[in-house]
Amino acid sequence: MLLVAAFLAFFALCGLAIDFVYFGAFTSGGPPFPVAAPAALVGSGLIAAGAYRFGDRLLLRSLGAEPLDPVVPEHRELRNVVTEMALASGCPMPGIWVIYDPAPNAFATGRDERSAAVCATTGLLALLNREETQGVVAHEMAHIKNNDTLLMMLVAVLLGAVALLSDWAQRTAGALPRRRGARIKLVFALPALLLIAISPLVSRLLAMAVSRRREYLADACAAEFTRNPLGLAKALEKIRDAGLPFHRAPRGTAHLFFVDPLRRRMGEREGRLADWLATHPPIEHRIELLYRMAGIPRASQARPVDGVRESAK
Amino acid sequence: MSWVFWGLIFLVVGWVIWTYNGLVALQHQIQNAWKQLEVQLKRRYDLIPNLVESVKGYMSFEQETLEKVIEARSRAMASTGVKETAQAQSDLTQSLGRIFALMESYPELKSNENVLRLQEELTTTENRLAFARQYYNDLVMRFNLKQEVFPSNVVASFFRFRPSEFFNVPDDEKVVPRVNLTLPT
Repeated sequence: MLLVAAFLAFFALCGLAIDFVYFGAFTSGGPPFPVAAPAALVGSGLIAAGAYRFGDRLLLRSLGAEPLDPVVPEHRELRNVVTEMALASGCPMPGIWVIYDPAPNAFATGRDERSAAVCATTGLLALLNREETQGVVAHEMAHIKNNDTLLMMLVAVLLGAVALLSDWAQRTAGALPRRRGARIKLVFALPALLLIAISPLVSRLLAMAVSRRREYLADACAAEFTRNPLGLAKALEKIRDAGLPFHRAPRGTAHLFFVDPLRRRMGEREGRLADWLATHPPIEHRIELLYRMAGIPRASQARPVDGVRESAK
Repeated sequence: MSWVFWGLIFLVVGWVIWTYNGLVALQHQIQNAWKQLEVQLKRRYDLIPNLVESVKGYMSFEQETLEKVIEARSRAMASTGVKETAQAQSDLTQSLGRIFALMESYPELKSNENVLRLQEELTTTENRLAFARQYYNDLVMRFNLKQEVFPSNVVASFFRFRPSEFFNVPDDEKVVPRVNLTLPT
């Protein structure tokens, strides 16, 4: 709710800025009332409503997800595993989709439990065994159960809209009308333009901060559903070692995924800056927490963790 | 002063309603979880004849084991109530476990495409059953806990809520099934 309000407010502000800069509203020579601000408000309201209603299908389509093919044994296995996890979490059966891509990853989307969808890449199904797939699917079901999917879906779609707007604003900023050389106008216009320029960054920071805490929570819930934290831990280890980036994912959708699809270096470090900039908690930390849940303290230390840490420095 | 009094009354009544509704909601969730469990039990019953049919040819000398499964199945299907069903199901689990263990020692079974498919179906059925049971028991635990901890126990006992029954394995069933794996020569 807060997110949608912020989104609307942002568009209204942009509208005001446009009014101010292009039409010269609030000055003696301009039109008597703002034009672009109400238009922007209505437009952004429509976008938000559309994102709420059709965001899940939009996302699935833009990522190239396809429905299951019941002839393929791996797809049957995925369907069975999802059914099991739906039972374990007490959610209704979600829709199941696959993306034909070798990079192992997965995500969940949907407005609520009833309209939810789980999507996995074929790379994930090929790489992981049944136990590990179960861990990953449990993590996604946890997102659905915790109502993270609505927020993440809205963030993805609205972020896309904001990014579009900011691209457009940055491109047209140079072509500002310079009819009236009033200096005071520039003083007001500059912050507004700055806002447009940095808003994608701000909204991304927001998405990141939200999604990282939810990832930890979803890992914990997955362990609760499967009663087997090691399945998910092993899945994370395998995915880490596979190290295939998922290029098809647009940047604005990174926070949706099971692991950071771009495998950015930033994500593997813990620290103040990394905490702000990564969409996902470091894989190493997630694995270690899961091992601790299984009662095996610091088991990830036995693996060549140090190599990863050092190369990231 | 009277404002404080009425405010307190309002808060207490609101809390009672809230707690009562929470208990009723849990009760219905438990019923729903039980229905889910029954759906999975049904699935298991339907799958057993298939399993027996496909391994019969390979395990002709294991007639006794197969008959035991069939027998356990019909007993489970006839059972009613949480406790009786749990008992019958654990019998069935045991005899099924014996078949799974035996299947491991027949390499020609593992290469059969149909059997492989069936095995995945059986794995998922057993898992679904386990997860449905886990969810049911978690809900029962929450429901019973709410009836016992203060202060919600006051509301629960006033409206005469009864604790639900766990779907659990009886103690004598916790022994590991014994399997004789010696192949006849």
